[in-house]
Amino acid sequence: MSSIVSVQGLTKVFPGGLKALKGVDLEIEEGEVLALLGPNGAGKTTLISIICGLTTMSGGRVTVGGHEITRDFRAARELIGLVPQELHVEGFEKVINTVRFTRGLFGKKPDDALIEQILMDLALWDKRNEKIIELSGGMKRRVMIAKALAHEPRVLFLDEPTAGVDVELRQSMWQVMRGLKDRGVTIILTTHYIEEAEAMADRVGVINHGELLLVEETGPLMTRMGRKTLTVDLSAPIDAVPGPLAARGVELGNGGTSLVYTYDTAAEQTGITDLLSDIREAGLHLADLHTRQSSLEDIFVDLVNGSTR
Amino acid sequence: MNLQAIRAIYLFEMARTFRTIWQSIVSPVISTSLYFIVFGAAIGSRIETVEGVSYGAFIVPGLIMLTVLQQSVTNAAFGIYFPKFVGTIYEVLSAPVTVIEIVIGYVGAAATKALMIGLIIFATAHLFVDLPIVHPVWMIAFLVMTTFSFAMLGFILGIWAKNFEQLNLVPMLVITPLVFLGGSFYSITMLPPVWQTITLFNPVVYLISGFRWSFFGTADVPVAASLAAIALFAGLCLLAIWAIFRTGWRLRS
Ligand SMILES: Nc1ncnc2c1ncn2[C@@H]1O[C@H](COP(=O)(O)OP(=O)(O)OP(=O)(O)O)[C@@H](O)[C@H]1O
Ligand SMILES: [Mg+2]
Repeated sequence: MSSIVSVQGLTKVFPGGLKALKGVDLEIEEGEVLALLGPNGAGKTTLISIICGLTTMSGGRVTVGGHEITRDFRAARELIGLVPQELHVEGFEKVINTVRFTRGLFGKKPDDALIEQILMDLALWDKRNEKIIELSGGMKRRVMIAKALAHEPRVLFLDEPTAGVDVELRQSMWQVMRGLKDRGVTIILTTHYIEEAEAMADRVGVINHGELLLVEETGPLMTRMGRKTLTVDLSAPIDAVPGPLAARGVELGNGGTSLVYTYDTAAEQTGITDLLSDIREAGLHLADLHTRQSSLEDIFVDLVNGSTR
Repeated sequence: MNLQAIRAIYLFEMARTFRTIWQSIVSPVISTSLYFIVFGAAIGSRIETVEGVSYGAFIVPGLIMLTVLQQSVTNAAFGIYFPKFVGTIYEVLSAPVTVIEIVIGYVGAAATKALMIGLIIFATAHLFVDLPIVHPVWMIAFLVMTTFSFAMLGFILGIWAKNFEQLNLVPMLVITPLVFLGGSFYSITMLPPVWQTITLFNPVVYLISGFRWSFFGTADVPVAASLAAIALFAGLCLLAIWAIFRTGWRLRS
């Protein structure tokens, strides 16, 4: 597998001194879907903006399709489609005209059949002659996606494509993304929704404070993220975890007043039923119990602290 | 050359122009007619001829220049400021286009519109005065060179401007005085010697002088000097635009 996008030692220092990217290395394979996750201000948009030519880099090297993005910018950018995070539209233009405009801007000959297909796929065909200002927010976002697709990019950057989009539309966008993936388009998307990464991505990258903390296959990462802890508060403190419970990996918490059990929600058997009967057989009395999903934030914190559970 | 891109930008901008074509044409035509009535009729009845040309005809090149310069600057400034303002500039910045292609597209469209308006004013002027044109080819050439070079100035202005006030300020505060003081309504030979010298630092003098020469065959400054001045001005603008895109000033973070 060859990388279609290669990022090496990429740094960005904004005027004013903020280090938005601190040496990012990332290889993106042709045809894959990569989801970039990370809290607000992590540097996701900055990374995408540099690759697409909207922001200048401070150091490092980026190639797209083997073309260095500043020296060989024409060849590199022809391959790229971008849907930025913010909604930017020319309100007084008709939908179809702005989509045609983008295609021309990227050096492609007019192709009305293709434009029609794209607008159909995004359920915008009926709106093609409307002014963009008259569309709803979700439709405007779809117009931006249509523009990004108009020149048949091989690499598509989607910066939070489903932010502020209703459930139904999100599903249909996922559908569009799958269609693109099937045609071999490489997709890099950022999102704050773990389900989205899970549903769409082959690999997930986690960025925080300008550092790429990990890039991993979605499956294993989700398993880790899918962990839950069950905390059982006891009515009286105990000194040690009784034998059968200890065998299940139960730990003592909170000075002996609670039992902590970590399990995998994705597993066939969570073991909770057995755990509860073991607790009863051990003669312990429950005061309360609660479960907690380890969240993306937990994973971030763990990663930042260098200890991955 | 990404010819498709040039075409796309140019047509997109021209479509914008034609959406508001009546506004674009009506106001310059009305203001030009007013100038004719006030300057041509009122003052012209007192000043019979300037350099052997009737005063009404004498001011036509200056009047055309006045509007054409303002139009070139504001059209181009708005053309690039607007996408910057609404954010759609991201597309142009991420597209496989060179500075030259962007400039030809935007500046070309702005210049075309200014040129059209210039020709409309020229036609309007015919309603008021008899206009001989000694060098018609040069007249068009001067008009084209002027619209392009000042549209480039406007393009720079549009990138520089951070708000609509700044966008309006420069044409008002810089272009209009330069045109008025550049001999639109008089021959600079009518000025006292000191002012004649000072005036020679006004680039617009060279434009109007050359343009007027194409009409009447008489000029305030040598025609070669006019051409050199336009070339110099256009070259400087192009250089500035190149530097802007090179550094990403006010465009890329
Ligand atoms: N033009 C700019 N000038 C100065 N600082 C900037 C600029 N753009 C972004 N930053 C800073 O760079 C950091 C990274 O921002 P970025 O937009 O890349 O984050 P993000 O991961 O996309 O966040 P979000 O999830 O909120 O979209 C932030 O601290 C932000 O404040
Ligand atoms: Mg962002």
